[in-house]
Amino acid sequence: MANRPAPWISRLYLGTVAALALTGMAQMPIFKRYYIADIPGLGWLADYYLTNKLHYGLAALLLALCGFALARWLLDWRRRWRLTALGRTRVLFLAGLACTGGLRVLKNRPDWSFDPFTVMLVDWTHLGFAVLLGLAALAAVVAGRSAFARPRG
Amino acid sequence: MSLTKKTVLSRRGFLRALGLGGLSVLAPAAVQARAKGSEHELATLLDLSRCVGCGACVAACRQGNAPKFPEPVKPFPAMVPARSKPEDWSEKREVDDRLTPYNWLFIQTAEVDWKGERVTVHIPRRCLHCVNPPCANLCPWGAAGKQDNGIVRINDQVCLGGAKCRDVCPWKIPQRQTGVGLYLKLLPRFGGNGVMYKCDRCHELVAQGEQPRCVTACPFGVQSIGPRPEMIERARALARDMDGYIYGLEENGGTNTFYVSPVPFDLLDAALAQAQAKGPGRPHLGTVADSMADESNLAWATLLAPLAGVAAGTLGLIAGSNKDKEDGHGE
Ligand code: SF4
Ligand code: SF4
Ligand code: SF4
Repeated sequence: MANRPAPWISRLYLGTVAALALTGMAQMPIFKRYYIADIPGLGWLADYYLTNKLHYGLAALLLALCGFALARWLLDWRRRWRLTALGRTRVLFLAGLACTGGLRVLKNRPDWSFDPFTVMLVDWTHLGFAVLLGLAALAAVVAGRSAFARPRG
Repeated sequence: MSLTKKTVLSRRGFLRALGLGGLSVLAPAAVQARAKGSEHELATLLDLSRCVGCGACVAACRQGNAPKFPEPVKPFPAMVPARSKPEDWSEKREVDDRLTPYNWLFIQTAEVDWKGERVTVHIPRRCLHCVNPPCANLCPWGAAGKQDNGIVRINDQVCLGGAKCRDVCPWKIPQRQTGVGLYLKLLPRFGGNGVMYKCDRCHELVAQGEQPRCVTACPFGVQSIGPRPEMIERARALARDMDGYIYGLEENGGTNTFYVSPVPFDLLDAALAQAQAKGPGRPHLGTVADSMADESNLAWATLLAPLAGVAAGTLGLIAGSNKDKEDGHGE
């Protein structure tokens, strides 16, 4: 069916989110401490600047994908599909991640500055949404309902 | 001189705000954005030709900031895995020839041959308060931040001591003390390792319109502090007058500390290396490219990516439906 979300969208989504989770975790000083960066081929996980730039690039990919899905949803898919409860939950968490992540990206520019308290709240909220998205994804897999949407009717 | 007043974050205020829900940050009122490097930021100018290395500034810093120094709980929690070592300066508080959690300023001395003379240059070293500080930008926990007035601070109530700020700082400025801070209340054996300390530009004095201790303590008027644009002008004028050189204006994309020296800084840096006066806690004077340059360039691509996605989604659909119509498959 031409209007069914193509499988490449879920594959790209899953791959990008997994890579974002990895590079996001790499922002914390844990991969070196726990010997993970010692595994041959994984040394780059301890390079904060590199993983941060990868996180930016992957976020751009995910945000583009979200924009694509949003446009398709509004113009087309929603007539045939509806979001599941877990789908709606994850969309909410993704939106939270995108907003807080966007603020962090702005804050890192030389022309933007937020006060330290705002920065801390944004950081904690971003981290919180990442954990919540992970839990929601886990719940969806465990419940055997990993699809965001199902056909109407 | 008018100095910007700053809201100091209390621990109770912090917890209360968290209780209100992190989402409140998305309210526009909470997001007070202001361009970095603006006239609201304070910069210091250090005329190195005047510094005699007496150490009065170091003594004033140590004495005045002593109430902020860590009082670690011992014994330290045994850390897992064993490769994570505690860093303990609490028994070496007297050390004043390098940066430590108990010494946020020290004097480096370089001897160089310049213009046919042997010249000795003393350089008071501490955090440079970068305009776009990687220590604050990359702190994953929001513990390091930059205030409106340009002061870059590490919040000792929140810092977990993972030392990422030190790793990403081009001068490796922040110093760790184990056995203090929030990590003790979380998972002390498995995450965190204390609190990071560095010069906070005497923020509580600056908030009251006063000058930092090292500035006022100097008998030779080596340091001055003021609005960034004015201090840039003064640094340039001073460098012109002494036929000298500036460090800190361009380094790491710009800092709020301008050293002016009669001797080129690459010579000073080489002399420090030769004297083995560089290393942990003893920062270099080498050239530093803007650490955040790539992120700054990537930022707009990341922020505009959703629009590109929407455009691709919309245009693709229109193109698809036109094709369907041409092929006679339209609904
Ligand atoms: S800056 Fe002033 S107080 Fe500090 S060592 Fe130099 S001359 Fe002494
Ligand atoms: S000198 Fe280092 S510690 Fe100081 S603001 Fe710059 S990056 Fe941060
Ligand atoms: S500004 Fe204050 S904290 Fe920083 S070196 Fe000077 S006296 Fe120490």
